[in-house]
Amino acid sequence: MHMSTDGRKAAGWDTIHRSYRARMERAGRLASGKVVAADDAVSLLESVLEPGDRLCIEGNNQKHADFLAASLARVSSDRVHGLHIVQSNLALPAHLDVFERGIADRLDFCYSGPQGLRLARLVAEGRVRVGAIHTYLELYSRYFSDLTPRVSFIAADAADAAGNLYTGENTEDTPAIVEATAFKSGILIAQVNRIVDELPRVDVPGDWVSFVVEAPKPYYIEPIFTRDPAAITDVQILMAMMVIRGLYQKYGVTRLNHGIGFDTAAIELILPTYAADLGLQGEICRYMSVNPCPTLIPAIESGFVEGIHCAGSELGMERYVAERSDVFFIGRDGTMRSNRIFCQLAGHYADLFIGSTLQVDLEGNSSTATLNRITGFGGAPNFGSESRGRRHGSKSWLQAGEEANRGRRMPRGRKLVVQIVETFREGLEPTFVERLDAWDLQQSFDLPLPPVMAYGDDITHIVTEEGIANLLLCDDLLEREQAIRGVAGYTPVGLGRDRAVVERLRKKGAVAYPDDLGVDKRLANRDLLAARSIKDLVHWSGGLYRPPARFRNW
Amino acid sequence: MDHLEFEFEGRGHSPRRGHALVGVVGSGNLEVLLEHAELGGNCSAVVDTSIRGFDSLWERVLADFVDRHRLADVRISVNDGGATPAVVTLRLDQAAAEIREEQS
Repeated sequence: MHMSTDGRKAAGWDTIHRSYRARMERAGRLASGKVVAADDAVSLLESVLEPGDRLCIEGNNQKHADFLAASLARVSSDRVHGLHIVQSNLALPAHLDVFERGIADRLDFCYSGPQGLRLARLVAEGRVRVGAIHTYLELYSRYFSDLTPRVSFIAADAADAAGNLYTGENTEDTPAIVEATAFKSGILIAQVNRIVDELPRVDVPGDWVSFVVEAPKPYYIEPIFTRDPAAITDVQILMAMMVIRGLYQKYGVTRLNHGIGFDTAAIELILPTYAADLGLQGEICRYMSVNPCPTLIPAIESGFVEGIHCAGSELGMERYVAERSDVFFIGRDGTMRSNRIFCQLAGHYADLFIGSTLQVDLEGNSSTATLNRITGFGGAPNFGSESRGRRHGSKSWLQAGEEANRGRRMPRGRKLVVQIVETFREGLEPTFVERLDAWDLQQSFDLPLPPVMAYGDDITHIVTEEGIANLLLCDDLLEREQAIRGVAGYTPVGLGRDRAVVERLRKKGAVAYPDDLGVDKRLANRDLLAARSIKDLVHWSGGLYRPPARFRNW
Repeated sequence: MDHLEFEFEGRGHSPRRGHALVGVVGSGNLEVLLEHAELGGNCSAVVDTSIRGFDSLWERVLADFVDRHRLADVRISVNDGGATPAVVTLRLDQAAAEIREEQS
């Protein structure tokens, strides 16, 4: 909203703050102190919201302000409409019900995993106008610029009568939302699992919080970072061996971020066996920016991983984490403190990122977009990109920078950004393609550019079951294409390789196969895993890890 | 099920061991059996697979395999549980390493 200088003088310089006071006054009758009864939640939202407001509903990777989201879907669309939703994750049906009912019509977001198909339909019907699909850091940055919420719903474990909040292990994105809302005269409503007399610790000061609602049920949370070692395949173990020899050992990678798939779980589970036998304890994988994935337990217990900062927690890991305060970030109360922004930043400035993807093209661009589904980005592009603002040196960063150097006199390091994929996905769908589905998605959703997860010029290595392509050692796009073809196996892209060029690239290290890396394929079997089941993980943890029921099959 | 049979020109020496078996059928995996056989220096392969329509892909995977390990007089049997070429290649390479070893 632009205001002329005269208009500004007439309106005053505190219009947002006066609007805040008017909203608080309208809602005041519903509250006893700061506490509003769950039965009055819909009335509360109708009192504080105004048509056209920007609204953030806390919906992270894990915890969700689900009760307030469901309450929003029940407000009168005569009173509340035209909302502009600015939230990171669209995960619950209620998040899209508000568009179906006309309560909201604009959306800026990061990720829409399970709701991707329905969101695509609502976009096609014109019920949702998507501003942009962001990464987490991008959207939170805009909260402090042009997308500041007027009202935010957040989720916490507990509150006291003064509105102080305890967010427990799953602090996640709460600090970013709270800071942007509370200090720009926004209304902050917290849904809490319980109201108590005394909090274990204060994560959000009460005077920043407008209202507290005790939800009828604890907030929704998903164990999305638990990978059962029983499902790890020998091919994933082979790729993990190549990663340890060809990347972690070669560059001496000590600070890194792992994606959350089975490929990286396999790496974690052969650190105490394969990497330990190579004498790499203390040399690699010392500091990580990840959630407390259960598959990390053996690597922590055997002294490989010394420090972990977490974006959020993981169900069942609470006690184990609390008992390992040398490794994790723990509050004075004894429970973990997570924070997605700080974890993303730590990962951005680490030496290496490794994660999986669905499609890779001949330039090395990778995408998880598939046709007719808007899933979005989440945090991978920030972890999985060159950190151009980095200035401190490390062995890995400098060595990779040396490989990337093409005659520059000024030395500069390079972050390792690694994609780990099998050449075929399930159903023999090739991972390597001439053209990403992202191009079609751009057309069908009228996006300004194809949704690429990691750009080819940020990616330094591609690992497949066939070998490793080192894109740092490729002199031009032609070499890059042949290096990618050289590890693309029996996909049409792989079969299209120029064998002579690939052999030349192999001689200079731009393509490396297991033999070149000193990896013995015969060892690639499940006997190499430090834990082969969830039960083994419980055993490694000394009984401190308590897996959710769905993962207990003994 | 598809039943495929291939013949390949041999590329070297007969194996030292009589046979090598890798993989377990019934665990969502595949089974590879390599046997020493008098094939006049050539190799043969039999593939039973649950996925149809990938004959030429199988032929390339197996031809590369025979070439890579310089095999002769080997009969290859693959019992495929719907495996990708990644799994097939890994199992073949593991079996080849085994059949090349001295009999213990």
